[in-house]
Amino acid sequence: MKKEDIDIPVKHKLTSRDYVFHICNYLIFGLFTLICAYPFYYLIINSISANNLSAAGDINFIPKEIQFQNYIEVFKLSGLSTAVLVSVGRTVIGAACTVFASAFLGFMFTQEKMWHRKLWYRIIVITMYFNAGLIPMFMTMKTLHLTNTFWVYIIPAIVQPFNVIMVKTYVESIPVSLFEAAEIDGAGLFTRFFKIALPSSTPILATVAIWAAVAQWNSFQDTLIYITDQKLYSLQYLLYTYLNQASSLATLVKSTGSVQAVANLATQQTPTSIRMTISVIVVLPILFIYPMFQKHFVKGMMIGAVKG
Amino acid sequence: MKMSKEESAVSGGSKAVPAKQQRPGGKSSEKYRLFLCIVPFLILVFLFSYFPLYGWVYALYDYKAPLKLSQCDFVGLKWFKALFSNPTQVKQLLVVMKNTFAMSLLGIATSFLPVLFAVFLNEVKCKWFKNIVQTLTTLPNFISWTLVYSVAFCLFSSTGMLNSLLQDMGIITEPLKILDSDKHVWLQMILWSTWKGLGWGAIMYLAGIAGIDMELYDAASVDGAGRWQRIKNITIPLIMPTYFVMLMLNVANFLNNGMDQYFVFQNSFNKQHIQVLDLYVYNIGMTGKSLSLATAIGVLKSFVSVTLLAIVNFVSKKTRGESIL
Repeated sequence: MKKEDIDIPVKHKLTSRDYVFHICNYLIFGLFTLICAYPFYYLIINSISANNLSAAGDINFIPKEIQFQNYIEVFKLSGLSTAVLVSVGRTVIGAACTVFASAFLGFMFTQEKMWHRKLWYRIIVITMYFNAGLIPMFMTMKTLHLTNTFWVYIIPAIVQPFNVIMVKTYVESIPVSLFEAAEIDGAGLFTRFFKIALPSSTPILATVAIWAAVAQWNSFQDTLIYITDQKLYSLQYLLYTYLNQASSLATLVKSTGSVQAVANLATQQTPTSIRMTISVIVVLPILFIYPMFQKHFVKGMMIGAVKG
Repeated sequence: MKMSKEESAVSGGSKAVPAKQQRPGGKSSEKYRLFLCIVPFLILVFLFSYFPLYGWVYALYDYKAPLKLSQCDFVGLKWFKALFSNPTQVKQLLVVMKNTFAMSLLGIATSFLPVLFAVFLNEVKCKWFKNIVQTLTTLPNFISWTLVYSVAFCLFSSTGMLNSLLQDMGIITEPLKILDSDKHVWLQMILWSTWKGLGWGAIMYLAGIAGIDMELYDAASVDGAGRWQRIKNITIPLIMPTYFVMLMLNVANFLNNGMDQYFVFQNSFNKQHIQVLDLYVYNIGMTGKSLSLATAIGVLKSFVSVTLLAIVNFVSKKTRGESIL
């Protein structure tokens, strides 16, 4: 609004050089945007088109002979439903734990009366800047008997120093008088936390929640390193194994295919159709929540930038 | 009965004590009470951030997987020495370091792209177009590397979209080998990380540009400054501090390429050019040969990283009077 209001009187006419600039600019951005978006579109249209056409490479721009058999078949694959459950579980529980811990610690570190408050805060924050490395982490998880348990996804991720900093900074911006008034009214520590700090810092907590949820959903390395039990595979890891096991996937396909005596070519699973369908299942939650929470992402990034 | 009566009498008595007297005692215990509330979290931090450091002792032993550490031989600095003296080891490490340096340098060399992206997107005046560009180009940042690989596989594998398209058009007869070849691995990797990260990387600069006072531009326009002059003299100088911080962090993370990207793209064809330090540690530690050697490399890497971070922070303090940590 403001920009245009002021721009119009200043810029009299667009010169031909301006036109060339704008055309090039729009073209380049349009092209890059297409490059970013097209792969997702490609996966989706191929997963819902007839598999024989898809395998022949006929589906590049518009879906043909739309069918959803792929999605039904894919859930019959052994391991997929458990993987979905594991991924959803770790995303929900993990994000909830991280949000609670970040909120609570962020609030607690604003309590100036705490014994050696600054020391503990530093002890937590400094862990952002080092890590023991892959093998020592693996050994630690083993020592703590966390390998091959669901909790290896959750517990190590509970305290995240960066989130604690963000929430602390935010809580500090809440007027102190609010807390003081509550304290005079006899509100204890937890009342002040649940009744004032939590509700007042929802914007930052939403940011933390989204970040934590996306990180949990996308995480792949922890399954790779700490998990050998197939029941605990996350969706991401399962997708990875499917990408790399073309031969075993083919046999999987055959075994599911034989259930239907005469498989229709259009709906018969191919390794590629399975890969694409699972990819879509993996990316869909992100596609859905992303536009809704884009603002939060950006806000988190900006607070991080100020602090970072 | 008697006891309880007495107790109630005592507690009744303490209740009767004026609140003012109770306060001081309450306050001194308050500070410990506050501390006790965060103890569980401190324990978590200790367990998952500090306790693992103890694992560095594995680098001093000849650790064999199922055994206990006490059952293994103490070898002192053998692994550290081996890294620099054993010829095959040195050769392998050199290859790995070459890849690590290549990827990090390419990363630093392309770190100006998000700045350009932001500066030029800012010149786009059409709002809906700008929004679409921003939304769709940041999307790849939020998918995992596994999924990026899946996308790559569907588009560029020998049966993928590109090959079938080119074959249909009769341009090629044999499928192009893209993912399963040792050619242009570094280029591919930097292209993928640019694809994934460019739009997101620009957001910070876009926000920075949005914070620039419009009057500056107007004043410049009135003075007859053209588009390029405004970009050169206003926009770029004002987002330079942010760029500097990002650049410094890039330098500090020189050895930390992360392993996800390289892990998902690695195969037997491109291993020579894709194995960066993080991946190498995983490959030798987890898939076989030596946990101890992998730990030793990890320890060295940690020291170098922390040193780099300290140096970068020092440089930042000297040049900008501001630390980046």
